[in-house]
Amino acid sequence: MGWIEENMKSTHFRQILSQAISLGMVISSALIIWKGLIYITGSESPVVVVLSGSMEPGFKRGDILFLYMNKDPIRAGQIVVFNDGRDVPIVHRVIEVHEQRDSKEADILTKGDANPHDDRMLYTSSNRWLQRKYIMGRAVGFLPYVGWLTIIMTDKPIIKYILLGALGLLVITSKE
Amino acid sequence: MHSFGYRLNGLLTFAVTILALMCVIASLSDNLNIPSPSAEIQIMNINWFQKQPKGSDEVILRMNISADLQSLFTWNTKQVFIFVAAEYETRKNSLNQVSLWDAIIPAKERAKFWIRSSNKYRFVDHGKNLRGKEFNLTLHWHVMPKTGKMFADKIVMSGYSLPEEYI
Repeated sequence: MGWIEENMKSTHFRQILSQAISLGMVISSALIIWKGLIYITGSESPVVVVLSGSMEPGFKRGDILFLYMNKDPIRAGQIVVFNDGRDVPIVHRVIEVHEQRDSKEADILTKGDANPHDDRMLYTSSNRWLQRKYIMGRAVGFLPYVGWLTIIMTDKPIIKYILLGALGLLVITSKE
Repeated sequence: MHSFGYRLNGLLTFAVTILALMCVIASLSDNLNIPSPSAEIQIMNINWFQKQPKGSDEVILRMNISADLQSLFTWNTKQVFIFVAAEYETRKNSLNQVSLWDAIIPAKERAKFWIRSSNKYRFVDHGKNLRGKEFNLTLHWHVMPKTGKMFADKIVMSGYSLPEEYI
């Protein structure tokens, strides 16, 4: 562990400043990429992790989904992510659509593929239908297993702190 | 630059990049497949057509669904989710879609099939508009890949109608 002591000794002001700047660059480029994704996909959260098994065997817990949202109307069969004021958004399939002729507002009903019943019981504040405004995006693509890291970090926050601490240490002590 | 940490970091970065590239290529290979599915649905019988005590019309019908969806499968396909929806318009609504039946096809061998079934989910209208109503039955499919982009499409079969009076 000699290299940590070496770093502590050479405390030139410029060196510290340049390390702080490189840390700042890493953080801001991550932020730019994230915000850019939000803009391109038109969805507030362009990537979500599947948390429950209600869409098995298609989506398992730990898969990540890529979302996209545009002004196209919601139609039956689309897999949507909705949040009607709950803690965690839900990824389910649309099974019923009733779209009004004049206002183009639609009543939407969803159901998880693996669930025996539709989602009516789940909707908050005794809504019988969902509206478009609750829908954050449609799932257009997916990657298996990659989301497990997020699930582990949420279930055991200590791991998140350990990871962040190790990352910070790595950036500060790198000589580049 | 030769420490274990640096080597591990380089190896992991390379591995993750290659893995991501393979997923993208796998997904792009799905575009090479040109599907040619076919399907046919017959309504064998309308078992129930009444208005519910508190309001809306409800229908229970029995269908004979036959389809050949084998051409939808590629090596990157995990499963195909299919469902049959009734689509119709009413005075108040320009479009109503109600899903009647669905299934998951896990492999290519099971993609050519016929099945007789009554509707899995309740066919309930948003009102009392179903008497004598003409409607389309659409077979939708959703190809879910092992990794990458999902594809969805449908076949629309028209010409079905409900009886003029409640049964």
